[in-house]
Amino acid sequence: MSAHADTHEHDDHGHHHKETFVTKYIFSQDHKMIAKQYLVTGTIMGVIGVMMSLLFRMQIAWPEEPNVLFEALLGKWAPDGVMDADIYLALVTIHGTIMVFFVLTAGLSGTFSNLLIPLQIGARDMASGFLNMVSYWLFFLSSVIMVISLFVEAGPAAAGWTIYPPLSALPMAQGGSGAGMTLWLVSMAIFIASSLLGSLNYIVTVINLRTKGMSMTRLPLTIWAFFITAVIGVISFPVLLSAALLLIMDRSFGTSFFLSDIFIQGEVLHYQGGSPVLFEHLFWFLGHPEVYIVILPAMGLVSEIMATNSRKPIFGYRAMIASILAIAFLSTIVWGHHMFISGMNPFLGSVFTFTTLLIAIPSAVKAFNWITTIWKGNLQMNPAMLFSIGFVSTFITGGLTGIILGDSALDINVHDTYFVVAHFHLVMGISALYGMFAGIYHWYPKMYGRMLNKNLGYIHFWITAVCAYGVFFPMHFIGMAGLPRRYYTNSNFPLFDDVSNVNVIITIFALIGGVVQIVYLYNFFSSMYYGKKTVQNPWRSTTLEWTTPVEHMHGNWPGEIPHVHRWSYDYSKPGHDVDFIPQNIPLKEGEEELQH
Amino acid sequence: MTALLTIIVLVFILIAIWQMVKIFDLAQAKNGNDIPGVATDKDNTLNGYLMMGFLAFIYIITIVCCVKWGDLPLMSNSASEHGPIVDNLMVISMVIIFFVQTITQFLLHYFAFKYKGEKGKKALFFADNNKLEAIWTIIPVIVLAGLIIYGLNTWINIMGVDESDDPIVVELYAQQFNWKARYAGADNALGKANVRLIDIDRANILGLDESDPNAQDDIITTELHLPKGRPVLFKMRSQDVLHSAYMPHFRAQMNCVPGMITQFGFTPTKTTEEMRATLEMQEKVKNINEIRVEKSKKLIAKGEEALERYEFDYLLICNKICGKSHYNMQMKIVVETEEEYNAWIKEQKEFKNSLIN
Repeated sequence: MSAHADTHEHDDHGHHHKETFVTKYIFSQDHKMIAKQYLVTGTIMGVIGVMMSLLFRMQIAWPEEPNVLFEALLGKWAPDGVMDADIYLALVTIHGTIMVFFVLTAGLSGTFSNLLIPLQIGARDMASGFLNMVSYWLFFLSSVIMVISLFVEAGPAAAGWTIYPPLSALPMAQGGSGAGMTLWLVSMAIFIASSLLGSLNYIVTVINLRTKGMSMTRLPLTIWAFFITAVIGVISFPVLLSAALLLIMDRSFGTSFFLSDIFIQGEVLHYQGGSPVLFEHLFWFLGHPEVYIVILPAMGLVSEIMATNSRKPIFGYRAMIASILAIAFLSTIVWGHHMFISGMNPFLGSVFTFTTLLIAIPSAVKAFNWITTIWKGNLQMNPAMLFSIGFVSTFITGGLTGIILGDSALDINVHDTYFVVAHFHLVMGISALYGMFAGIYHWYPKMYGRMLNKNLGYIHFWITAVCAYGVFFPMHFIGMAGLPRRYYTNSNFPLFDDVSNVNVIITIFALIGGVVQIVYLYNFFSSMYYGKKTVQNPWRSTTLEWTTPVEHMHGNWPGEIPHVHRWSYDYSKPGHDVDFIPQNIPLKEGEEELQH
Repeated sequence: MTALLTIIVLVFILIAIWQMVKIFDLAQAKNGNDIPGVATDKDNTLNGYLMMGFLAFIYIITIVCCVKWGDLPLMSNSASEHGPIVDNLMVISMVIIFFVQTITQFLLHYFAFKYKGEKGKKALFFADNNKLEAIWTIIPVIVLAGLIIYGLNTWINIMGVDESDDPIVVELYAQQFNWKARYAGADNALGKANVRLIDIDRANILGLDESDPNAQDDIITTELHLPKGRPVLFKMRSQDVLHSAYMPHFRAQMNCVPGMITQFGFTPTKTTEEMRATLEMQEKVKNINEIRVEKSKKLIAKGEEALERYEFDYLLICNKICGKSHYNMQMKIVVETEEEYNAWIKEQKEFKNSLIN
C-alpha cells in the first residue's frame, strides 16, 4: 500500500497549470501553504488570547485601581477604567476557548500535521487537497465568528470555556449567555467540522500515502503523534458537537436536555427532566481527550527535535509509540475526573480515579525516555532544542500535580481553585506552547526558506521560561490556600487577603512574559523577508522533509519520491562517518537495521 | 497607573533587547563556516550554563514559595473528622511530587549542561534498553498502585454516609448570588420542596411543599450553624444555575445542581472559637490584619474608609462560575457547642410560622 503510484504522478506535477494569486495564497490546496495559513491564523488568535489573559491578570492583581488599558481596550465594559465583572468572566471564557481550540488545537496540530505529514511520509500532498482547503477555511470562518462575538451588545460568552448550562443556556442568568453564547456555539460547531475534515484527511494520508519502504515502525514519532491525535479527534469531537447542538436546542427551541426545575428572576421556567450533569459528561468526553489532542502533537514534535539536536536516536522508540497509544486509549476513559464533585455517583468517581492515575505511567515512561535521549548526546542548543527541554521541564512540573487532582479524595479540596489553573496551564498550556514554539523554530526554514534569528530565539526562550515558572509555580500555593478561580476580585474575602501579594507577583511575571512574545512575533514576521537564507538541511536531520528543495514546489519533490530504507533516528550510528543518515540512504553492505 | 508604567518599562526593555541582539548578530557574522541561525559551540556552552542556572532558578523558586507562602495552603488545620486523613494523603502525594520533581529536573538540566554539543564529538548510539524501560515502568506502577489504593479508601470513607450515626440533615440552597440553609427541625426530616412551589408573596422562598407535615417545622436561615462533633449530612439544591458549595476548612465540596439533590456529609471537630485560638490561625489572622492595615492606609489617603479588622470565620463559598457576582457568594458558618447550637436553633422561626398569609 505504501508503493503509491509515484512514477507517473510526478510528471503531472512537473508542469502543472499556472497558479493565480488566489489559488496560491488564498484558496490553496497545497498542504504547505495551508500549514502556513493555519500558523498565521493561530498566531493572530494567540495574540488576542494572551492579551485577554494579561487584562484579567491585571484586574486580579490590582482590583480596585482604574487602568487606562482597560479603558482603551474594553470601552463601555470599563467605565472610568474599572473593569466590569461581566467582562472579566467573558475575558476568562474567551481566553480559554481561544487558547485551547484556536491556538493549541488548530494552530498547533493544524500547522504541523499539514506541513509534516506529507513531507515526512513521502507523499506529494494530503489525500484530499480540497478537503484540506475546506478544513482551513472553516477554521478561518469559525475564528472570525468567535472574534465577532466579542463585539455583541450584551457581551461575549462568559460562562467559562466549559460553558456549563444552565448558566450558558439562560440569557437572564448572565448577559453573555444571549447572542454572545449563540455565536460561540455556532463558531465551535464550525470549528468541529473543520477539525473533523482535517483529522480524517490526516488519518487517510498516513495510512495510504506512505512512500515505498516507509513502514509504520519507520515513521518519525511526529507522524505517530499526529496520526493518533487525529484518531482521538475523530472519536471525541463529534460528542462535543452533539452537546453543542443539544444546547442550541435547549436555548432556542425549548427542549430540556440539560435543564430542569429552574426558578430565575421571579419566574419558573418550563424546563423539566433534563440534567446539567449530562452536559458535563458530553463536554468532558471531548474535553479531556482534547488536552491530549493538544499535548500529543507537541510530544511528537519534541521527540523529533530532541533526537535531531542530541544527535542521538530517540530512546525507546517502540515504548514511545506504545505510550502514545496507551495515553490515547486512557484519555477516552478518564473524563469523569473533572466531575468528582458534580453530583455523579461516588462509585464512578472511584473508577475515574483509577483510570486517571494510570495515565501517569505512560507519561512517566515518556519523560524518562526524553531524559535518556539527551544523556550522552552531543546537544545542539538551537532555540528549538531549548523549547523542547523546556517542554519536558514544564510537562514534569505540571504533570506531577495531576496525581493530586486525579485523586478524587484530594480533588474535593482543590477542585476549581487556582491549583487546577496552575496544573493545566503548565502541563498542557505552557508545554504545548513550548512544543509549538519548538516546532516553529525547527521547521521555519522548511516553511519560509529562511532562518529565524537564533539570538532573538534565545532571549525569547529564557525570558519566557523564567516567566512561565514565575506565573504558575506560586499559583499552586494560592490554590492550596483555597482561592477559587474565576473570581473577579478577592476583596470580599478577607480570608484570602494574604494571597493578594502573590497575585501581584504572578501578574508582573505574566506581563513580562506576555510582552516578551513581541520579540518572537518580530522575529517571526521579519524573518519571512529579512531572515538569512537557509540551506537544504540546516539541522542535519534524517527525515524526508529535508530532502525536498528549499524553494517550495507543488508535489514536494522535483523527481521521484525518495524511497525509505531505514528508521528516522539513525543519528551517530557506529560505522558511519557522518552523525546522521537520512532515511532515503540505503543500508550499507553488511549494515544491519536496528531491531528497534 | 502602575500598570501603564509597567508596560512602558517593558517596552523599553524590549528595545534594549533588540539593540543587544543587533550587536550579537554583528559580532557573530565573522565566522564564515557556520550556517546562519544554527547554534555554534559557543551557543551550546552558553546555553548549557544557562540550563544549570535555570535548574537553580527552579529550586530557588520552589524554596522561596515554600518558605514565603508555605503557610498559606490548607494542609494541617482542618476542622472536620475526615480532614486529617485527606491532609495526610495530600502530604504523602506532595512528598512524592517534590522528590520526583527534584530528581527529574536535575537530570534533565544537568544532562543538558553536561552533554552540550562540541564540534567533532560523537553522541552515544543508544536506542533501546528493555531493562531500563522496565524499571521506569514498574516503579511508577508500584507508587501509583499505592496512591490509588490509599486514595480510593479515603474517597469511599468520605463519600459514604452512615445514616446510623443519626446525622443532622441540613439543606444548602443556592441561588444567584447567595446561600440559604434549611434545617430539618425537630423531626430531622426535610419537607418536600420544588422550585415550582416558590411563592415569593407568601415568603415561601425555597419552594417548600406547604401541605407536607415534614416541612412545617423546617427552619430556613442565612447563617449555617453546626454543633461540634455531630455528623452533618448536607443535601444541596440550586434554583437557577450550577453552584458549588465549597467549605475549604472542612475539606468539603459538592456541586449544587438545578433539578437534582446532591449530598455531602462531614463531622465538624473544632468550634469557631477553637479554630480562632489555634496558633496557626492566629498567625494567619495577624498577617492578614497587617496587610489590611497597609491597604487601609492607602484607602484613607484616597479619602475612603479604612478596612475593618478581620476575624476568622468558617465560610461556605461558591466555587462554580455562576454569573456576575460569583465572586461574592458566601455564607458564614458557625461551629459551636451542642448547647449553643440548640439555643440558636430554638430562636429561629419554623417554616409554618414564617409564612405570610
